[in-house]
Amino acid sequence: MNPDDTVLASGDVLPEQTYRVTRADLVRYAGASGDRNPLHWSDRVARSVGLPGVIAHGMYTMALAARALDTWAGATGRVRELACKFIKPVVVPDDDEGVQVQVAGTVTGVEQDGVHVALTVTCGGEKVLGRPQAVLAVG
Amino acid sequence: MPVDSSLTGRSFPPTEAYLVTEERVREFAAATGSAYDGTAAPATFPIVVAFAAMNALMADPSVGIELHHVVHGEQRFSYTRPVHAGDSLRATLTVDSLRSMGGADIIGTRTEIVDGDDAPVCTAYATLVHREGE
Repeated sequence: MNPDDTVLASGDVLPEQTYRVTRADLVRYAGASGDRNPLHWSDRVARSVGLPGVIAHGMYTMALAARALDTWAGATGRVRELACKFIKPVVVPDDDEGVQVQVAGTVTGVEQDGVHVALTVTCGGEKVLGRPQAVLAVG
Repeated sequence: MPVDSSLTGRSFPPTEAYLVTEERVREFAAATGSAYDGTAAPATFPIVVAFAAMNALMADPSVGIELHHVVHGEQRFSYTRPVHAGDSLRATLTVDSLRSMGGADIIGTRTEIVDGDDAPVCTAYATLVHREGE
């Protein structure tokens, strides 16, 4: 999709994206990001701090939000602002299925600095990011 | 050990230059299934450099942060431009705020990321929640 063809208007509901996250993804992300915290690969360590098991890096989930924004913008490199709170861990089971994370978005306004998007990022029907929002340079 | 209360306003030395290669960006993008066409890196890629600056803060014994008691509470990026392969990035972290809430220290950090010409690329704001150990 050519980014010049992408026109986003206030009130637009952006197509929900579903992403699968597995343990293998977390291992790759740990290597690529340099965040080797064992909470993201060791059940033993995760359980020792009261978690049910290995959790995704908060930044992994935020990266999925950015991935959806690239899709909606029709191109990479369009994100001018991106923010969220980490409110609930995404537990990733040790199987081939992993978990699914859903990323939804609504255009809340088109301002001089770009297109403002409010996102909703959920796992198992529960919000995992708090107030995720972004500004895109498009249109 | 409590967090040093005079931490607010303190800046840490810039991290060593990080050379962004196409291979590194490709690995980062592949881990999250993100698109990468050889131009702009994924939006959260600057965390790689910001993370190095945060680790330096947490490793500083005078600060009093115990690494295993830190949770990433909040993250924000404000971009001047996207990151590209060939960029040489350095990050300078400043502690913007420090407050106590419910037995935890809430540390607001700002990391300025610049390129090889010292031109701004991105500012990464992270809120770290530190709970004192028993």
